[in-house]
Amino acid sequence: MRIELVKRPQRSKLFAAISPFLAFLLTLLAGALLFAILGKDPILTLYTYFVEPLTEVWSLHELAIKAAPLILIAVGLSVCFLSNNWNIGAEGQFTIGAITGAIIPLYFPEWNSFAVLPLMLVMGALGGAAYAAIPAVLKARFNTNEILTSLMLVYVAQLFLDWLVRGPWRDPAAMSFPQAPAFPSWAILPELFPSSGRANWGIVFAVVAAVAVWFLLKKTLKGFEVRVIGQSPRAGRFGGFSTAKTIIFAFLLSGALAGLAGISEVSGAIGRLQPVISPGYGFAAIIVAFLGRLNPLGIIAAGLVLALSYLGGEAAQIAVGVTDKTVRAFQGMLLFFVLACDTLILYRIRFVRTAVSPAKEVSYGHG
Amino acid sequence: MGMAEAILLTIATAATPLLLAAIGELVVERSGVLNLGVEGMMLMGAVAGFGAALTTGSAWVGVFAGIITGALFSLLFAFLVLTLVTNQVATGLALTLLGIGVSGMIGEAFVGQPGVKLTNIHIPGLSDLPYVGRLLFGQDPLFYISVLLTVGVAWFLFRTRAGLTLRSVGDSHSSAHALGIRVIAIRYAAIAFGGACAGLAGAHLSLVYTTQWIENMTAGRGWIALALVVFASWRPLRVFVGAYLFGAISILQLHIQAMNLADLAFLPGPLYWLLAQLKSLPSQFLSALPYLATVAVLVLISRNRRLTIMNTPASLGQPFVPDR
Repeated sequence: MRIELVKRPQRSKLFAAISPFLAFLLTLLAGALLFAILGKDPILTLYTYFVEPLTEVWSLHELAIKAAPLILIAVGLSVCFLSNNWNIGAEGQFTIGAITGAIIPLYFPEWNSFAVLPLMLVMGALGGAAYAAIPAVLKARFNTNEILTSLMLVYVAQLFLDWLVRGPWRDPAAMSFPQAPAFPSWAILPELFPSSGRANWGIVFAVVAAVAVWFLLKKTLKGFEVRVIGQSPRAGRFGGFSTAKTIIFAFLLSGALAGLAGISEVSGAIGRLQPVISPGYGFAAIIVAFLGRLNPLGIIAAGLVLALSYLGGEAAQIAVGVTDKTVRAFQGMLLFFVLACDTLILYRIRFVRTAVSPAKEVSYGHG
Repeated sequence: MGMAEAILLTIATAATPLLLAAIGELVVERSGVLNLGVEGMMLMGAVAGFGAALTTGSAWVGVFAGIITGALFSLLFAFLVLTLVTNQVATGLALTLLGIGVSGMIGEAFVGQPGVKLTNIHIPGLSDLPYVGRLLFGQDPLFYISVLLTVGVAWFLFRTRAGLTLRSVGDSHSSAHALGIRVIAIRYAAIAFGGACAGLAGAHLSLVYTTQWIENMTAGRGWIALALVVFASWRPLRVFVGAYLFGAISILQLHIQAMNLADLAFLPGPLYWLLAQLKSLPSQFLSALPYLATVAVLVLISRNRRLTIMNTPASLGQPFVPDR
């Protein structure tokens, strides 16, 4: 039996709408299978993973904390991916944003002003954008492969942070712990509803960014330019759009959002710089972007799903004794199923029995 | 054994996994497919190799487990990009993310366990020759396999009819299809070969390079292998040169971190000065060197746009749906 693709006359609206759900469902089935193989009760484990975290208020707050960086980064990535720029170094831009954003509270810890926090956020975004500018300029100027350069810079950024918190920025009061001094209270991102949980302004930034980028992509000329360049650079050039400018624009925007996510995470959930500040948000955001069908509003929902998988992983480790390493396996499977299901938007799948088409086999003989 | 010989031996050990993974990816890209999942396939090979060697006690079983796992894992990617015509960049990333996740999950039981080492070969007499004995006749078996593989792939691609067919598929899948060449079948085979090589490279890491399992132990080597293919402008013998160059960079930074400057007073002045400067840098900067070198090399290569366009397989990364 062979699988054959038949191109649809037009994009299937139905599958465009249901493919992320289908993918999620398939991931759940595969997960159930996985847990059964591991010798755990699949229903109970999936319940702990994907339902239990939603039943308590404090854990909804945690969900918002984890979703915020994912959404912020993925929204920026959607602009990159739509314009055919493969920025996979968001993890590095996140890290640099956290570092540049931390400069003010670390060097001027006495400066208590309402301006501190906004300045930190701006500097974080600028830092992320500047770091993303490296692969962007290299691509625009020299046609250097941005996938590889942006990824290499992730390792460089992480090593730089490691050096900072073990070297010049190390907190002398923290004994031998490699970490920077805690931020002063006015440099901490405020919590939204302190009475019920830890969720901070990060999630608000994420939603605002998603709506703004949605508007940019759907309602402005710039958004049109991004999509045209992505689908056909040649047509874009005929239309007077500059490929190089689009590369720079997409990278700067996504770098700035990743940097903002970085400083928000450090000044919100963590409160200081330490050697590891992200459980792979920059990479999980790639999955979020695709699960959200590269649509900023869809990305909000997708970000919540991925955030749930992080929370569920922690919960399942405690309650069922499943290793939290299953989280990343889950996330990887999800992206696989999303990509596979997206095929259904453009193609119908037909199963062909190979035995009944001997004519085809003969025609290969003339090679 | 002199210090120079010892350094050369460690360079070969560091270069072998890069070479194995890059040679496999080169064949995949020559067939017109970009598989960004090298890092994930290497991790799967490393964890499978380690686990199989640990349970059976035989490092060779581990090597074969690594190869098979890498190939099977790559077929997931092949099914998506070839049969379901998904985006190759996104699917490759998915393969890497899945590989990181699944290998971490499987490998959790192996963390901290002492592994099985693939022993170096020893030919009495030859291996004990001064200077070149260990280098030529006393390394681990995978070193020899990697060299043979490089020569074999070069011969296959440029001296055989099947190699010509594979390259034609990579340069113009529509023309190849029109000539009756089975584009999809050839690409399945190429991807599986690339997966087997990446799996073998991973097994090298967990059975030769360090005989233990560490989560994410490839540390970007899969990505460096991808960069090497570009650096080599899709030529096997240049991949060999590139792999040893990067092996040298990663080993030298380790040696610089560990060395004692007083032992090196015999070196000529400028070289001594350079090493002293490098040694005064924090270790993190030295660890970043291979990654920075990769960026630098990619820029140098891509600056010559004509050369890049001339050498890149023309159908690389393009989706292909046969019109029947």
